[in-house]
Amino acid sequence: MTALPHEPMPTPADVATDPQGPTWQVLRGVNRGDRVYRTILTTVAMSLPLFLIILVTQLVVSAWSSIRRFGFHFLWTSVWDPVAEVFGAAPMVFGTIASSLLALLIAVPLALGVAIYLTEFAPKWLRQPVSFLVELLAAIPSVVYGLWGIFVLIPFLRSYVVPPLRAAFGWTPMFSGVFYGNSLLAGSVILAIMIVPYIAAVSREVLLAVPGTQREAALGMGATRWEAVWTAVVPYGRSGLVGAVILGLGRALGETMAVTMLIGNRHDISLSVLQPAYTMAAAIANECSEATTRLYLSALFEVGLLLFVITVLVNAAARLLIWRVARGTAVGSRAL
Amino acid sequence: MSARRLRRRMVSGLMTGLVAALSFTAVLALVLIVGHLIAKGASSLDGNFFTKNPVPAGESGGGVANAIVGTGIVVGLAGLLGLPVGIGTGLYLAEYGSGRLGWIVRFVADVLNGTPSIVVGIFAWTWLVKPMGHFSALAGSVALAVLMVPMIARTTEEMVRLVPHSLREAALALGYPRWRTSLRIVARTALAGIVTGCLVGVARVAGETAPLLFTALGNLNYSTHINHPMQTLSLQIYTYATGPFEDWHRLAWAAALVLMGLVLMLALAARWAIRQRHGAAR
Repeated sequence: MTALPHEPMPTPADVATDPQGPTWQVLRGVNRGDRVYRTILTTVAMSLPLFLIILVTQLVVSAWSSIRRFGFHFLWTSVWDPVAEVFGAAPMVFGTIASSLLALLIAVPLALGVAIYLTEFAPKWLRQPVSFLVELLAAIPSVVYGLWGIFVLIPFLRSYVVPPLRAAFGWTPMFSGVFYGNSLLAGSVILAIMIVPYIAAVSREVLLAVPGTQREAALGMGATRWEAVWTAVVPYGRSGLVGAVILGLGRALGETMAVTMLIGNRHDISLSVLQPAYTMAAAIANECSEATTRLYLSALFEVGLLLFVITVLVNAAARLLIWRVARGTAVGSRAL
Repeated sequence: MSARRLRRRMVSGLMTGLVAALSFTAVLALVLIVGHLIAKGASSLDGNFFTKNPVPAGESGGGVANAIVGTGIVVGLAGLLGLPVGIGTGLYLAEYGSGRLGWIVRFVADVLNGTPSIVVGIFAWTWLVKPMGHFSALAGSVALAVLMVPMIARTTEEMVRLVPHSLREAALALGYPRWRTSLRIVARTALAGIVTGCLVGVARVAGETAPLLFTALGNLNYSTHINHPMQTLSLQIYTYATGPFEDWHRLAWAAALVLMGLVLMLALAARWAIRQRHGAAR
């Protein structure tokens, strides 16, 4: 563009061999405004990795005295005694995993049902509104779920769900003991409702990414509509669907407020879902402000570090699986 | 043969009914929650609720004016801090993010997106509250901003990538420098999408409680000092819902209704903004 009229237009070959030439500079964007623009954007973007490094370092540093003192015993001992300064996080780790898995048990059929119905069976006019309503579940704040859980869900469980459960399975250790309300069951049910929209949204996009030829081939061979879905569509998107479920698991593991309000916060391992339990996130939320000694605080930071590491691993696994099906699309990064 | 065919068709019909019922159940959960919020909260939404501050525990009456103002300040400040960084990172990823550095930033954004908010909360506590020696609304805003950035960055990137290449090429061919092309043509075209991302980001953090527990802390009095503890609706709901008083529970429902309304409005606005651009097909 800066070529003077009496000069011949630079050919691509000229441009390539003359890195100092004006056209080259325009193409590479090496004018001052561009350089400044790029520098600013790069600096801003680099703040994310920088922040992650600081976050991890900070967590490790704060947790260090606890890590050194208890080593791996921290993970599988269950004494949590701030006075004697002995800390073992096994009940929290157990509670976190148990509540999340139980939540998945409830949420996965529900969410897959929603995704399959919306992509394969629902009439066209119904798809948009229903998927919007289900996604709105993700917009409800966690603390509102907690409030609803305390005053609606727990009384409901107490009168309509727990008595039949106990009548049928009361003899197993999983449903033994008295039901006071705040319990592993209540925490898991609320978690399940909270993660349904995430699993459903991602599963739906995965199923939408399955080529139409899969369906057509199955139907062409005489399969019923359900058989086409179950034998041709779902298996094709299997790894993506597993990814969606694991993404839901990641959400459930780190969820704090609703679980804190419903799970009972008892530092104890009980096999019964009717008994109170504890989760890692709930422990941090409850105890950080009352941690008086250095070691106590450090133990809580170790719990935070553990929680962070677990969620990062789980989310990384989920994204890897989803990418395999829906490569190139931003499935899963959209939360609403 | 015919009996088998009948059985297969019945299974198909049955499963169709089942997945429809499951979808109905999920929608029912939303209807129930919103229904209870309205049923138990709407009656308390009077003048006192919006204009009075909380009264001492055990007394009846009072409102949550301090929490409503506090939510506005904490979330607004978080937006001021988080939106520029989020949008900037998104532009970087879309414009220059094809190399290894871009891959790293994208990966880190996804990692941070999945980080439990309580972890960000204790981080903000060690970095801001402990050195300053007191809880503050500012620390809460920083924590919320941190939660907002990765999400906004990823949506901005996605939206900017949707802009057709021909637009960019046309601008460059006319002699526009890259930075002006990026800002005046590309970002401008993707504006509706970027706004949507920002609204969703703000909506997501507006209801957050966990990162505020050890930062903004909560405050029974009316306060607009960002250097002091501040009440937000989410913290107020937590305190009131877990407290023993009937009147607290009443206010908690009302506060939850207001918070939910706020978040839903942001979410609907986001939806509306994207429709302006992409039509009703999405």
